[in-house]
Amino acid sequence: MYKIVVLIKQVPDTQNVGPDAMNADGTVNRQALPAIFNPEDLKALEMALQVKEQNPGTEITVLTMGPDRAAAIIRDSLSRGADKGVIISDMRFAGSDTLATSYALACAIKKIGHYDMVFGGRQAIDGDTAQVGPQVAEKLNLPQITYAEKLVSLKGDTITLTRRLDNGVETVEATLPVLVTVTASADDCRYPHAHRLLKYAKAAPEIWNADAIDPEMERLGLKGSPTKVKKIDNVVLAHKDAQQVEPTEAALNELVAGLMKDHIIG
Amino acid sequence: MNFYTDNDSLKFHLTHPEMKKIAALKERDFADHGQYEDAPANADEAIENYDRVLQLVGDIAGDVIAPNAEEVDHVGPHIDNNSVVYAPGTQQNYDVLKQSGLFGISMPRKYHGLNFPYVPFIMTTEIISRADTGFATIWSLQDCAETISSFADEAIKDKFLPRIYEGASCSMDLTEPDAGSDLQSVRLKATFDEANNCWRLNGVKRFITNGGADLHLVLARSEEGTNDGRGLSYFVYDRNDGGMTVRRLENKMGIKGSPTAELVFNNAPAYIVGERRLGLIKYVMTLMNDARLGVGSQSVGLCEAACREAEAYAAEREQFGQAIVNFPAVRDLLLAMRARTDAARTLLYETSRMVDTYKAYEAKGKLEGDERADYKRASRTADILTPLLKLSASEFANRNAYDCIQVHGGSGFMKEYACERLYRDARILSIYEGTSQLQVVAAMKGIANGAYIAKIEEYDARTIHSELEPLREMLREATENYKVLAEMANANAETDYDFRRMQTDVIASIIMGYLLIDDVNRQLGGDDSCKRSFMPSARYMAAFARAESVRSVAMAKAYSK
Repeated sequence: MYKIVVLIKQVPDTQNVGPDAMNADGTVNRQALPAIFNPEDLKALEMALQVKEQNPGTEITVLTMGPDRAAAIIRDSLSRGADKGVIISDMRFAGSDTLATSYALACAIKKIGHYDMVFGGRQAIDGDTAQVGPQVAEKLNLPQITYAEKLVSLKGDTITLTRRLDNGVETVEATLPVLVTVTASADDCRYPHAHRLLKYAKAAPEIWNADAIDPEMERLGLKGSPTKVKKIDNVVLAHKDAQQVEPTEAALNELVAGLMKDHIIG
Repeated sequence: MNFYTDNDSLKFHLTHPEMKKIAALKERDFADHGQYEDAPANADEAIENYDRVLQLVGDIAGDVIAPNAEEVDHVGPHIDNNSVVYAPGTQQNYDVLKQSGLFGISMPRKYHGLNFPYVPFIMTTEIISRADTGFATIWSLQDCAETISSFADEAIKDKFLPRIYEGASCSMDLTEPDAGSDLQSVRLKATFDEANNCWRLNGVKRFITNGGADLHLVLARSEEGTNDGRGLSYFVYDRNDGGMTVRRLENKMGIKGSPTAELVFNNAPAYIVGERRLGLIKYVMTLMNDARLGVGSQSVGLCEAACREAEAYAAEREQFGQAIVNFPAVRDLLLAMRARTDAARTLLYETSRMVDTYKAYEAKGKLEGDERADYKRASRTADILTPLLKLSASEFANRNAYDCIQVHGGSGFMKEYACERLYRDARILSIYEGTSQLQVVAAMKGIANGAYIAKIEEYDARTIHSELEPLREMLREATENYKVLAEMANANAETDYDFRRMQTDVIASIIMGYLLIDDVNRQLGGDDSCKRSFMPSARYMAAFARAESVRSVAMAKAYSK
């Protein structure tokens, strides 16, 4: 009934790190870390599978940008119940920041064509930016629901979800099509189904290169990425470094002034 | 945690040289390929499929079943409105396995099974038992599908087998208040109801594992006026048809998450499985052998759990300024625990391979040339190894659970550590599906007709790496001692002390010793699928077999006339 795109990413397993996880220059040593399915993307896939369960005939396409080996998470998604998988893969995507990534993903979603919902994890455990989902929504001109935790209902073209926020839970409603980013406290993804696991064990997903998604080439990869990393420091924050700020006008002004003084913002 | 990938000795047994032949036999030369999307094209693909599904089961065991085990042990099941309600954790375990399409994995693809042979199925039970032995009993009962699949007519297969895949739970209803080890005295009555063209069951079953199940295989007396095994037939009863009450659940010492029920059948409608009068003498005997293999795998899973709990504690606990694993007294306990686990496991998979081989030949029907001889070899070996497996693995599990507490010291006696649960869970293993004492009786035939000695001679004739020679020498000495023991047993039929248990134990330890030599031999030949060497375990088991043989001869001398 519905068409859903789930944005997924293969990431280094930063939660189970060994001593060789970081290079001397502070960048991530990807070789030393096993590649896994980004945990919150799995939760986004589960939400899509719940929609499918309640609305038989719903079709789920998982989409990822990454090297060919990202086929592993496509196969994993298929074994859990997704219907199709697409990788966009091209050297011309290399060096993408979140802006260029979201642009390429948005182009690919347009090429997929009809969609009612786009789901994605709130953020990936390698970059932790939480920017790609919202930026894709902007580029597709979709309403967005971030920090989604539970699917409350889906009737016709109206979706109701709860959002998990710092100070409570918010129930929101949106009209389809919509983009939803799913947070860590959402339901765990179901395990693969044995028959599907064997059926898709060697499935080769569709791979689209840059030409296939019909982009403006200068908005891709390094060229399309305004973020420039100058230097990376290892910072270990201790509890004593944290400051609690009262939610008052005066305290917030003081916080902003302090941050500007330290050249963190402004 | 993945309870399959973190234990590469499973992969070692999954990739045993005989597995390709077993896969080809089970897949009837890959006849399903092309017809079913998940059917393998060749033996390598079949074994890759086993491996994939075992990884899935390993994930579920490590991440769902094991974390639930403690709460399940505390909460347990209860009866509500004539239904057995599992502990929430048990239900979650069940639901996850069901959602993953894992029930009925040994069934033919036609009924949505994965057509897996015993070896990988038994591995799933081992893995699940390591996580929670009580839950493994519920999981193992899907093997009721095998009985239906082998003996029931097509209509019954079509009616019930797809339901097992959909998650219908099963139970095997044999025991009655006056029929435990002696199943010939089963009294539950089956009468044919002409008006409704079905059988009716009336009577009581006791100690029924998973007694609230959806589907029951029930042993009942169909032939009025008989009082032995030849008057018994086998029935399948569907809980949806009514006529059965769950009278009570037992309050048990261990495997507390597994409901053990007393059932009252009152005119319950049922379908007959196969032919009348063959219930006990053919069908239950087959099922019982499978069930003993199942208890073997539960036992090995528990052995492994106990090993790991003890190893982890010994590495972490410090006394006198160092980890207690450094003390010889503790290290020796760990060595013996590991050796028992490896020994029971290698016997488990040797037996499973034999069961797979002969069952696949039986399913094939017409055998040609060497196949007949191979069928006979496998079938006879399975018959003689099964009681040794049930006996040794379950006793080892108890010993490992005991030693696991010992390694924990005073802490092990407290309820805070898993070893206390393992100790209680292990206790049933040497009792149900035939006590250790009944396994000795089952081994007698092979002892009397020389089948065990012939098997040992076959193992002994294999070519091995020279560094294994000293181990084989110990086993040869053990075998010579065994022969002395056997002669004394023959010469002293009536003594105050029965030698048969000792004979069976010595035979079992010799065979496990040879199998471990085979395993090390494979490793020395370059098989690196298990990183850990089996050499320490092989050495321990060979030495243990010889020591047991010497001790047994001394005991027998003291009781000889």
